[in-house]
Amino acid sequence: MNTPAQPVMHVTAWIVFALFFVLVTVMGFVAARWKKADLSQLHEWGLGGRRFGTLITWFLIGGDVYTAYTVVAVPALVFAIGAYGFFALPYTIIMYPLVFLVMPRLWNVCHKHNYVTTSDFVEARYGSHWLALAVAFTGVLATMPYIALQLVGMQVVFGAMGFGDVDPHTGGEIALVGAFVILALYTYTSGLRAPAMIAFVKDIMIYIFVIAAIIVIPAHLGGYGAVFDAAAKHFAAAKEAAVAGGKPSPAMGILLEPSQVTAFASLALGSAFALFLYPHSATGTLAASGPNVIRRNAMLLPTYTIALGLVAMLGYMAIAANTNAKGTAIVPTLIIDQFPEWFAGFCCAAIALGALVPAAIMSIGAANIVTRNIWRPYVNRNMTPQQESSVAKVTSLVVKFGALVFVVFLPLDFAINLQLLGGIWILQILPAVVFGLYTRWFHSTGLLVGWAVGMIVGTWMSWSMGVKPVFAIPGIGGIYIGLIALVINLVIAAIITVIVKSAKMDHGVDETVASDYEDAPGTAP
Amino acid sequence: MRRLLLILPFIGLLWLPFYNKAEPQLWGFPFFYWYQFIWVFATSLLIWIVYAGEKKA
Repeated sequence: MNTPAQPVMHVTAWIVFALFFVLVTVMGFVAARWKKADLSQLHEWGLGGRRFGTLITWFLIGGDVYTAYTVVAVPALVFAIGAYGFFALPYTIIMYPLVFLVMPRLWNVCHKHNYVTTSDFVEARYGSHWLALAVAFTGVLATMPYIALQLVGMQVVFGAMGFGDVDPHTGGEIALVGAFVILALYTYTSGLRAPAMIAFVKDIMIYIFVIAAIIVIPAHLGGYGAVFDAAAKHFAAAKEAAVAGGKPSPAMGILLEPSQVTAFASLALGSAFALFLYPHSATGTLAASGPNVIRRNAMLLPTYTIALGLVAMLGYMAIAANTNAKGTAIVPTLIIDQFPEWFAGFCCAAIALGALVPAAIMSIGAANIVTRNIWRPYVNRNMTPQQESSVAKVTSLVVKFGALVFVVFLPLDFAINLQLLGGIWILQILPAVVFGLYTRWFHSTGLLVGWAVGMIVGTWMSWSMGVKPVFAIPGIGGIYIGLIALVINLVIAAIITVIVKSAKMDHGVDETVASDYEDAPGTAP
Repeated sequence: MRRLLLILPFIGLLWLPFYNKAEPQLWGFPFFYWYQFIWVFATSLLIWIVYAGEKKA
């Protein structure tokens, strides 16, 4: 094992890594000419002209949802406490029936009226600037720390490949800044076309890495049975040690402890609701060429869930292999220990590129929101399409720079905590967005107050538990705070709606009609 | 009505007493794990059934 006292630099790994990075950079710039169109239009720059077919959408959303941070954080959680980390699996399964039912409606109405963001839709549906602003604000707020965590995913990969005599912290930051400047430039010039094109390469690399890992590593360790046995023994020993030390037995193991069951299920459900409310998921979905592309992708995207489940297994493999690392560093360290160096470089490149694709899409999603829902209504009401596109391009730079500052200057825990809160926050726009696709029963005032209460209560509950996602309800068990806050949000929105309606207050103007949500006649099959 | 099929993954995956156990194992995987993997395929299949049915209708 390499101790920090002996600085290493895996040169072969770095060379392979650099080759792929250069390839992808070239692709990022060339992408501007792909499916050629006028990139000075926001729906061209920020939604790729809504022309992505089934295959491109599959790569794009897959690359967007299963991020670099997921690839390092899920196994890290499995490594630390076991089965509980697998909540990512039910989460990324039950989300697809929801995508299948809800997202084609969103696509239809947004296509019909040229809405680029979910807040565009909310504004038109309820005729309320304030509600649209709340949705926009929540989206940007939840996205920023998410981008920051993608950088963390890259940072751990750089750290594992080593920097020789250069201090790893400094080396990591230099590499990170370099990678991010390049990313920012091609996102600026090519818009959503860049991550869509890069996602092809990156996702194929990730699949190769995963397939190799699930075959080669268990073979080194004596098979899956041996891997699970080693993990079970490891957790049992950790519990015994805690009890012997006079501490309560920690909740861990290769099966869920009774105390973890409700938390596991509610986290899976709440996260599934949350994911497609994020601006980057909406961006990826709205860029599809038609509602049936989204429906087919709801069937096909679970392939990535298989890969994610296998990636989660790396946490147990790291236990069985006695990997000498902590937290998010375990996956890259395991890769470098188990694979020949050139292939380790390939895998590290796959993970790092896995950060660039979502980071690009997230910054584009946030830029679309700032342009359409903050800049246009509050700064310049009469923007030309060209001005819209330039505001979005500049915003994407600012957002990425903000995320970089976040990671370089603030403690890592801060980004992780904010991202966790981001999931709770983004759920609070569900009533306005998702219910809005089906009914206009709720009044915008009710939705707005419900949102505000949900945000405050959710943040407070999480804070009171030490910035944790789960709140212990006596008699029931731990429940995901995002869901609790959502229920409170809905109850308040409903009560206020009833009151406001009985007072016969103005219900706003609805720009949309029922048929806007259904597939248009002549929709491509 | 076909759409009701889409409730099945929610029931199958959110009701933990169904699968929070080690036996029976499959290729060294405790039940908890391979059961979840099976649901990935099952969910894709269910969505396909609903999709194909609605396209014909």
